[in-house]
Amino acid sequence: MCGIVGLFLKDPALEPALGEMLAGMLVTMTDRGPDSAGLALYGPQENGVAKITVQSDDPAAFEGLDTALAEALGGPVALSAAGSHAVLRLDAARAGEAPAALASLRPGMRITSRGETIEIYKEVGLPADVAARFGVAGMAGTHGIGHTRMATESAVTTRGAHPFSTAPDQCLVHNGSLSNHHNLRRQLARAGVAVETENDSEVAAAYLTWRMQEGASLGDALEQALDDLDGFFTFVVGTRDGFGVVRDPIACKPAVMAETDAYVAFGSEYRALVDLPGIEAARVWEPEPATVYFWTR
Amino acid sequence: MQTLDLAQSDLRTLNATLQTAATAGGNETAWEVVNPRGAHALAVGLDGPLSVTVRGSTGYYCAGMNKQATVQVAGSAGPGVAENMMSGTVVVEGDASQYAGATGRGGLLVVKGNASSRCGISMKGIDIVVFGNVGHMSAFMAQAGTLVVLGDAGEALGDSLYEARLFVRGSVRSLGADCVEKEMRPEHHALLADLLERAGAPAAPEEFRRYGSARRLYNFDIDNASAY
Amino acid sequence: MSDDTPPRARTVPVQSATFSPEINAEIRRAAETGIYDIRGGGAKRRVPHFDDLLFLGASISRYPLEGYRERCDTNVALGTRHATKPLELDIPITIAGMSFGALSGPAKEALGRGATMAGTSTTTGDGGMTEEERGHSRQLVYQYLPSRYGMDPDDLRRADAIEIVVGQGAKPGGGGMLLGQKISDRVAEMRTLPKGVDQRSACRHPDWTGPDDLEIKILELREITGWEKPIYLKIGGTRPYYDTALAVKAGADVVVIDGMQGGTAATQDVFIEHVGLPTLACIRPAVQALQDLGVHREVQLVVSGGIRTGADVAKALALGADAVSIGSAAMIALGDNDPKWEAEYQALGTTAGAYDDWHEGRDPAGITTQDPALAARLDPEAAARRLRNYLKVMTLEAQTIARACGHNHLHNLEPEDLCAVTMEAAAMARVPLAGTDWWPGKPGGGL
Repeated sequence: MCGIVGLFLKDPALEPALGEMLAGMLVTMTDRGPDSAGLALYGPQENGVAKITVQSDDPAAFEGLDTALAEALGGPVALSAAGSHAVLRLDAARAGEAPAALASLRPGMRITSRGETIEIYKEVGLPADVAARFGVAGMAGTHGIGHTRMATESAVTTRGAHPFSTAPDQCLVHNGSLSNHHNLRRQLARAGVAVETENDSEVAAAYLTWRMQEGASLGDALEQALDDLDGFFTFVVGTRDGFGVVRDPIACKPAVMAETDAYVAFGSEYRALVDLPGIEAARVWEPEPATVYFWTR
Repeated sequence: MQTLDLAQSDLRTLNATLQTAATAGGNETAWEVVNPRGAHALAVGLDGPLSVTVRGSTGYYCAGMNKQATVQVAGSAGPGVAENMMSGTVVVEGDASQYAGATGRGGLLVVKGNASSRCGISMKGIDIVVFGNVGHMSAFMAQAGTLVVLGDAGEALGDSLYEARLFVRGSVRSLGADCVEKEMRPEHHALLADLLERAGAPAAPEEFRRYGSARRLYNFDIDNASAY
Repeated sequence: MSDDTPPRARTVPVQSATFSPEINAEIRRAAETGIYDIRGGGAKRRVPHFDDLLFLGASISRYPLEGYRERCDTNVALGTRHATKPLELDIPITIAGMSFGALSGPAKEALGRGATMAGTSTTTGDGGMTEEERGHSRQLVYQYLPSRYGMDPDDLRRADAIEIVVGQGAKPGGGGMLLGQKISDRVAEMRTLPKGVDQRSACRHPDWTGPDDLEIKILELREITGWEKPIYLKIGGTRPYYDTALAVKAGADVVVIDGMQGGTAATQDVFIEHVGLPTLACIRPAVQALQDLGVHREVQLVVSGGIRTGADVAKALALGADAVSIGSAAMIALGDNDPKWEAEYQALGTTAGAYDDWHEGRDPAGITTQDPALAARLDPEAAARRLRNYLKVMTLEAQTIARACGHNHLHNLEPEDLCAVTMEAAAMARVPLAGTDWWPGKPGGGL
């Protein structure tokens, strides 16, 4: 049960302000989710570079990680830390080996995202504190998704915070409560897809990843989710170049969208959108039930 | 006209001021609220002949449980606008989110844009006029009152309804369980003409179709089990 | 020779435990009528309950208080978290929500009068607030239900507390069905329904879904009532840890948890008997949630569903509840299922103690009916005195136990005052099996 915000920029002139706009939207959704907050930001693509965002309860664990990982992978690694998270930049060709190397170098460290453009920051605490801790307001990018969480049936932890990323450059946030996620989790496990937390939303993220691994487009995967996921949901999903929204057929969980020539924005409530430029003239609407909305760059 | 600025005062002060002004009576009956910025529970629980204009869009439950007052939203309204209204008038210049006029027992709700899902859910006597479209499950379990839609209705209109009267000018994507089209008789034209006039709605009664309860769900029957 | 032949050994007829006479009768009834069984009341099956717990009275290691002399207080305040006017009750036993419609006017009046005499609160139900109950209840809790039948902001303002009903123990996740027979003129008017038709209640509220929306609904209710009234949240016992935590996060002042023995006016028997947790199993997870959030005693916990005696009250409080609520027991105190009506119960095909067709409106005791002749059988003043007496007895019983355990206030009872006589109760109540220091699931393992 939660608050969601999302912003997909069409106008490159707004890209330097993505973090600032998204952080502001996130903070207005504090009441809907005071337990934890998280953001996925899609930054500019850097040719041949892969990014891995890692989280550690003890930031001292970041010290020397770049050199140790560079040695393990046999190529250069750059590290930039912000609070409990750090972004590792490395040669995209070596990115596949990085998770295993990280697990052996820093067993307690968690990967929150990997890919070419995505960075995910999430923590327990109030959205304003979380956004400030990572300096989100200063971040640039093309699109981003934020989430404030009121935990329903799983623990209030960093791992349980949204967004969930189960494949490179993919992420999902969820407002609602799924009612068949235990069965789905077992089904995914048999198909070799691991779900790390007890959170129902991560199962949804893993489900979409699995469908796409099987060859579906994100749009098709979302259509299939309407058949296979039971319960209440509003999902907002991100990919390297795309941004999607889908609500369950009952569509009780709130959703407001706004579109102008400059952006597409999503909020659980209209309040989240009020500071966006040109909102007064934007097309504002509620996404229809059981309908997939998708934008690509 | 007195102005309340939500950028300057908090919600509690705003509502307490309006509630007191409504019940106290007096000459100052015109109020405006500025900088609503999607705030929830604005101008709720009023009980008196006040006239309140909200300049901007609101969050959940604007004008909730209204009695006697006239509340105008010069913007769009979030979920549950005018929920459980008893009397008075609420006008939304833009769109209304889900549950508009939910469980309302009296008064008039006018939505000049579209209303989304569950418009008039469980309505109990309120009159609702929507200039645009309404979303799915509108007038679900509606007991009494009138819902008028100048545009189109979404899926499952009037599901499980009791005695509420539904009029739609455009298309109906599907009717809910126990909701059927009914004949438009002179009394329905008269009712509609009055309501359209009071709402200032640009439409004529002849353009509408009427829907109501088939009354098959009124007493349990196993042969209707698929509808339960 | 034939006379000397021993009788041939034969099998005796055996009734199936699976296909018992009751089950077979129900199969035949369903086949005949094509409708599931609708009834009133709560779960009738045996489930682990407070009877499976015992108190450890004081002796040498603890010192008891002298009965009738040394004080043992019983008062409780409900709604101290956000409301400016919490309910101050003399006893920690409240009357649960029961609707006018399900109950007759005189029965509602008797509940109000009896509760007021005993210094406690009573509660409205589906269908709104009647003058009888408002007039005769010093402290009245107004239920805010999915159906919103009779929902009126004036009643909201003249209530002493508001109880948002998310669910009830008899049917968590379900709505009710009041058959047309009980929709009399007055009930029909209060609920804005045609007379004599089935009343179907929704299972979700019409204008919010989930705790994030609920937080905004609570804000609206507080804004309408000037932040004076305590806001209770009533839930059916199913996932008490998470549901209690979310009630707190959504802003409730009081959490009411109703176990599966809790009654209802009318719903499907399959729902009553097969959905929900026994009351005993609800309390510790709910208290755990309150403790984890640091609000135990700040957000009060009221437990209901099968509370019958002062011992039940004391046990619920010892496990961490702040108060209990009674519905079925209050009806019995008024006169429901009294053997003096046995001939009439027989005529209805049942017997005193088993009558549960409350939805049919033919209650010989005149309580669960809208028939004026039957309703006139209940003298509201006499019935109120019976309820008052019963509430007083329960309170005295609970005090007796608390004193024996050395406590000068009922709220000082604690889980360590208890032991369990069955493994099931030990596991559910998280108190040791009698004579051991172990319960199933105890952290850290066994002896």
